[in-house]
Amino acid sequence: MIEVRELRKSFGSKRAVDGVSFVARDGQITGLLGPNGAGKTTTLRMLYTLMRPDAGTIHVDGRNAQLEPLAVRRTLGVLPDARGLYKRLTARENIEYFAALQGLAPADARSRSDALIVTLAMQGIAERRTEGFSQGERVKTAIARALVHGPRNVVLDEPTNGLDVLATRSLREFLRTLKAEGCCVLLSTHLMQEVAALCDRIVIIARGQVVADGTPEQLRALAGEHSLEEAFMKMIAETPTDPAPAGGVA
Amino acid sequence: MSAALAVFIKECRESLRDRRVLLNSLLLGPLLGPVLFLVIMRLVVGRELEKAERPLPLVVIGAERAPELIGALRQMGVEQRPAVIDPELAVREQRIDLALRIDADFGADWRAGRPAQVELLYDSSRRESAGDVERLRGMLDNYSRRNGALRLLARGLAPAIATPLLVATRDAATPQARGALLFAMLPYMLVLTIFIGGLWLAIDSTAGERERQSLEPLLINPVPRDRILLGKLMATTIFSLASLTLGLLAFLVVGRFMPTEELGLTLALGPRFIGVALPLLVPLVLLICIAQILIAAFARSVREAQTYLGLAQLVPLIPSIVLSVLPVKAQLWMYAVPLLGQQLAIMRLLRAEPVPTIALAMSALATLLAVVAVFALTRRVYDSERLAIST
Repeated sequence: MIEVRELRKSFGSKRAVDGVSFVARDGQITGLLGPNGAGKTTTLRMLYTLMRPDAGTIHVDGRNAQLEPLAVRRTLGVLPDARGLYKRLTARENIEYFAALQGLAPADARSRSDALIVTLAMQGIAERRTEGFSQGERVKTAIARALVHGPRNVVLDEPTNGLDVLATRSLREFLRTLKAEGCCVLLSTHLMQEVAALCDRIVIIARGQVVADGTPEQLRALAGEHSLEEAFMKMIAETPTDPAPAGGVA
Repeated sequence: MSAALAVFIKECRESLRDRRVLLNSLLLGPLLGPVLFLVIMRLVVGRELEKAERPLPLVVIGAERAPELIGALRQMGVEQRPAVIDPELAVREQRIDLALRIDADFGADWRAGRPAQVELLYDSSRRESAGDVERLRGMLDNYSRRNGALRLLARGLAPAIATPLLVATRDAATPQARGALLFAMLPYMLVLTIFIGGLWLAIDSTAGERERQSLEPLLINPVPRDRILLGKLMATTIFSLASLTLGLLAFLVVGRFMPTEELGLTLALGPRFIGVALPLLVPLVLLICIAQILIAAFARSVREAQTYLGLAQLVPLIPSIVLSVLPVKAQLWMYAVPLLGQQLAIMRLLRAEPVPTIALAMSALATLLAVVAVFALTRRVYDSERLAIST
């Protein structure tokens, strides 16, 4: 479980994240939805302790991320916005490198990699160097190495960016599998369809603030619209000075 | 397995598959120094030898006044050139290097047994003609002494009377001094080899990872950043060390082809040299590698890192140039200056002179302290927030 409270982060005079709070529960897929530049990536970067928040707290499975960054990182599997692979290493070597960094013994690293290679249907590319991989193959490899240590909390920044329909579909399937296993899945996206198709809970972020938080049905009702897209458009268009509805409709 | 070791193994594996790294670290780096050194040495030696043997062109004014002198000079290698109108001006304008003017009264003075005058015209600010001037002066001295002796003999006196003092010069330093520049350059070439050996790994490990967007995923792993830095430093060091070892071996081979004897130089490039130089340079390898990583960590792109590191390569030239221009006597404290210490020690080793153990220890200790300091600094850069963020 991931709990974020009153998170703030400024770059110079620009307030990138301005009091974001939400909870992502186990066995659920939570979507951070917002237009580009809303502060989603910065929020996630603070979450996986790459950045230090100016204010606010983050707890992952009850652990404070600022106080125990290494312990928190061990319980997180992260697909960041940057997902570069080592092109002179094979897909398997890429995965096993991260397994070693996670502290897995070589035998465990191998069996975990094998399992992920099967789950993500990567058998055909596992022993190939990643140079020349398609976007879909790259994302699969990046996900496999992010999850090699079997984390209970999975954070994905715009996971379907650049994927074709087929790859998007299989990725969604995979995320549903994680959910079924009881993982806490948190993903960010600027795509309405993504959250509609996948998420149990939606947190809408605009201008660094949470403007709504709830299930897809609740959000539709809140905005008084039939389609989620209309609701989304309405919410992010609210005047910037409007205070965020604390806790949304949750 | 410790995280630093995992990083080290991965960096090595990836680099061994990179032709650019192999070319730089294991071929270009090791060979550049020795080949450059050999070429420079050949050129220098060739010019020195050529100068000593080639005919000496000489403009003579009033040659007809001293045919015997001119004949003798010709025998000693002078090539007589026709007289010019204003020899002073011609020398000043660098149309001719050297001129000899024979006094109008030369014939009369010579016959009367008075000192007969010749004038040597040259421009002392032109260094390349200094050797010729020296040669001509030697020839004239030789002629003068020979005739003086003959005159004494003709008067029934032993020529030794006119030589109350005999100065024998045994200038041991001259040939070594001639090689001073070469000696000062050789340590720099070794430093260059160290630089080139670690260059690509240093660039790749930070600027390269950031540019390829793999640094952020790497740093999300539950590993303290100094472990990651340590792994990268070890990998960079190993490649740099391999480059240096191959470079030293190449110098060993090239040393056999160096025309050191023709210059009268001692160049102790044997196995003993390698045996002392390699451990002497290991701390410097570490220092250069961590400095390269630090510089690469500041760069926003690979290209920028290449630019910075290209400039950084010139820094070790400073002690080389200073030592070749100002041949200072090595003081003990100088060994405690990283780069300078190793440079001095290598120059002594090349001359087959012993290096005091205390000097070696000071050099190693001071350089390792510098390694710790630069590592701490690099660690701060690694811990900074902006390191991983590429956008």
